[in-house]
Amino acid sequence: MSLTVARVEPSIAGVGDYIELMKPRVMSLVVFTALVGLLVAPGHVHPVIAMTALLCIAVGAGAAGALNMAYDADIDALMTRTAGRPIPRGRITAGEAAGFGMTLAAFSVVSLGLLVNWVAAVMLGFTILFYAVIYTMWLKRATPQNIVIGGAAGALPPMIGWAAVTGGTAIEPILLFLIIFFWTPPHFWALSLYRAEDYARAGVPMLPVVAGEQETRRHILIYTLLLAPLGVTPWLFGYAGPTYGIAAAAVGAIMIVLALRVRAERSGYAASKQMFAFSILYLFLLFAMLLVDRSSGLLFGHVAL
Amino acid sequence: MTMVSDPVDDFTKRFMSDPPGHSPAQPGVRLTEQQLRARRSRSIAIALALGAFVIVIFLVTIVRLGGNVLTPPM
Repeated sequence: MSLTVARVEPSIAGVGDYIELMKPRVMSLVVFTALVGLLVAPGHVHPVIAMTALLCIAVGAGAAGALNMAYDADIDALMTRTAGRPIPRGRITAGEAAGFGMTLAAFSVVSLGLLVNWVAAVMLGFTILFYAVIYTMWLKRATPQNIVIGGAAGALPPMIGWAAVTGGTAIEPILLFLIIFFWTPPHFWALSLYRAEDYARAGVPMLPVVAGEQETRRHILIYTLLLAPLGVTPWLFGYAGPTYGIAAAAVGAIMIVLALRVRAERSGYAASKQMFAFSILYLFLLFAMLLVDRSSGLLFGHVAL
Repeated sequence: MTMVSDPVDDFTKRFMSDPPGHSPAQPGVRLTEQQLRARRSRSIAIALALGAFVIVIFLVTIVRLGGNVLTPPM
């Protein structure tokens, strides 16, 4: 009788490594946009239920991040931006990360279903599945449209927040979905312009690697031209007041100016870096203004134009 | 990762062939100081997460039941 067993070294991973696995910065944006979806939804939800929903969404986002890192460990090791992640650094094995991600995914979806409602839970499950399977395993290494289609996963949290309150969906959360959906490509393409070597080394077909810089800059401008008016639609559809409308138009105009500068840039990546940095602020401001607008409406009897 | 062949033989030699009164050499895995620290921090985090989960379930149960918890069905 002959058996062969593998002896695995005991883990040296600390809590910080597992937190890093959950992509806390992405998670914070997910939680914030879900919070806005939850607060602008009509109807009332008990604060404990609302906090539970946000916690489940946060854990679900963390699960998606862990599953992404588990699958992408090979290419993460090749890219400067991601080489310091826990798996390439040898702190956590890909198998441990996958187990961690699947456990969190199951817990977050089932908890959201049992404690809040099953519509929101199914949406969360779909989001995790979309990010981990459709985007990470399939699109990311297959097409330069990876982040365009994959962006849907990052755009769903406001709809989940809304569903946590209403048990359904409506035009308003779909508009919020579309805003994030059209925000994602210019945001990531601005980053990929000055990280193109990284992506090329890892064999990820990002737009600058496959179609070149000029084509990417053109795409950034096109998507920004679609995004800026979309940002104003909550006001145009009567879901927000003129203060929001004016502010959204102003930050949208700044995005267009930055995209034009990216388009005109011939050497260096100063404009691209500026675009990437401002795009994060843009999304945050847009959703924060929606929240302020809704809060002031509740306090002072808001009337939409 | 170390490959160990024939663990049954290995187990027999270690634990069943030693004469009485003679302790087997180095059984099991000895964790380093770093591994012990990491395990401890992970254990504390799991305990806190479980504690938080229990609190969430408790609070949601109270919220869902509301005042009905004091008026059981007849």
